[in-house]
Amino acid sequence: MTIAALAFYLFAICAIAGGLFTVISRNPVHSVLWLILAFLSSAGLFVLLGAEFVAMLLVIVYVGAVAVLFLFVVMMLDVDFAELKAEMAKYMPLALLIGVVLLMQFGLAYGVWDYAEHAQDARAAVTPEGVENTAALGMLLYDKYFLLFQLAGLILLVAMIGAIVLTLRHRKDVKRQNVLAQMWRDPAKAMELKDVKPGQGL
Amino acid sequence: MADFFANTYLGMALVIIGQVFLIVIPLLVALAFLMYADRKIWAAVQMRRGPNVVGVFGLLQSFADFLKYIVKEVVFPAGADKAVFLLAPMISLVMALIAWAVIPFNDGWVLSDINVAILYVFAVSSLEVYGVIMGGWASNSKYPFLGSLRSAAQMISYEVSIGLIIVGVIISSGSMNFGDIVRAQDGSYGLFSWYWVPHFPMLFLFFISALAETNRPPFDLPEAESELVAGYQVEYSSTPFLLFMIGELVAVVLMCALTSLLFFGGWLSPIPGLPDGILWMVGKMLFVFFIFSMVKAITPRYRYDQLMRIGWKVFLPLSLGWVVIVAFLAKFEAFGGAYARWAIGG
Repeated sequence: MTIAALAFYLFAICAIAGGLFTVISRNPVHSVLWLILAFLSSAGLFVLLGAEFVAMLLVIVYVGAVAVLFLFVVMMLDVDFAELKAEMAKYMPLALLIGVVLLMQFGLAYGVWDYAEHAQDARAAVTPEGVENTAALGMLLYDKYFLLFQLAGLILLVAMIGAIVLTLRHRKDVKRQNVLAQMWRDPAKAMELKDVKPGQGL
Repeated sequence: MADFFANTYLGMALVIIGQVFLIVIPLLVALAFLMYADRKIWAAVQMRRGPNVVGVFGLLQSFADFLKYIVKEVVFPAGADKAVFLLAPMISLVMALIAWAVIPFNDGWVLSDINVAILYVFAVSSLEVYGVIMGGWASNSKYPFLGSLRSAAQMISYEVSIGLIIVGVIISSGSMNFGDIVRAQDGSYGLFSWYWVPHFPMLFLFFISALAETNRPPFDLPEAESELVAGYQVEYSSTPFLLFMIGELVAVVLMCALTSLLFFGGWLSPIPGLPDGILWMVGKMLFVFFIFSMVKAITPRYRYDQLMRIGWKVFLPLSLGWVVIVAFLAKFEAFGGAYARWAIGG
């Protein structure tokens, strides 16, 4: 067994265990921590595939930002864990059904790969010769699919502004500070400086 | 023998472990003296003497502290989540240490020479926040929890501007590998070939963001003594506390290394003609660390809303604007591409 295979099984087992414990652990904070383990393991799997740029993005965006916000919210929520667990038991059959359907779909999709004609070529997008995969990805996103990429960004921007507009209300009865006015104050009018020699005091 | 180290798994593993020790042990020993230097500089600014009892000039103070920490008893607060409580300081230290795997100290002197080295460091330093959050939450106490919430918001805010500043440097050098970034700064004008000249305003932004990212004064609000006692570290004692302390300081030294690699040309010599080498790298890191210590000694602590305002309303627009400017200069080869690429005399 090569080192790569060993690493693959390590990351794969960690990813599956992380996903499993995300669902079944009693404490929601522990759930988020297990989720982070799953994210990190899948980043490791990306590295093994030779997609180191995607792996780093996964860690930076999902683990470094999204999961921190999850943790932030979950820690501050005051939830009744027992009630949550009861809810979960209620929806278990539906969840199982969805899980089985997903599994079968994946099975079909990946199973076809072995039989379809050009599947072998399409299975992994080959990086152009002599180009790092970061640069190759950049060429795709910012050159070939530039318009689609920008549209996706625009949609996110609209969503963000929409969320802000929906929750923002300007309160008139709150005392506000004007930072610029504070910074432009003249120190000479507000305070007096004394030059104190060492060891003497005022 | 050479065959054993080059071709068998055991040999390769031994070589890698040896290289790891070669980085970690000098780093930790240097850390003890950096801690001492930090306290001495702080004391000198305030006209105190600082540590001067243990060893000559108090040089062994850090080692005495180390011994004291590890022989104390570990206290678990009532109701603490023990597993997470112990995991937090370990994550804090491990995340700070593994980032050093991609830092080159000299041409080719790097443990792992990967393409996306700078993203790796960025990713790992964004994971450091977990040590703080988990520690604060697992302590099951009010002050640590408030401290960890503060640090989560603070570290994420300043990561954004650090990331954008790094993007500017990546555009200039055309690579994410530290070795290539440093080699791109190699020119015949010595220290004027380095990126601190074209990226001059960003040098300050990077330095200030690094202060906030590592929870150093004047942005040490997660552990602001006058408000939160010691923030997320309140309930920690003994070795776990020591791990937090070391992790924090390693992160500071890592930021020193990043500053010298990105803006000060790493191991390159500042004067044309003098040989390049590891001594320049160490010297630059020490210089940046000295500035870190001086800032700690001479600036008053910020208020939390001021910190957030600077992060989101000042640093983010400035660094984003800078990325746009550099990208345009590089794309349209303004001034023959000289400014953005800064390959003068190369």
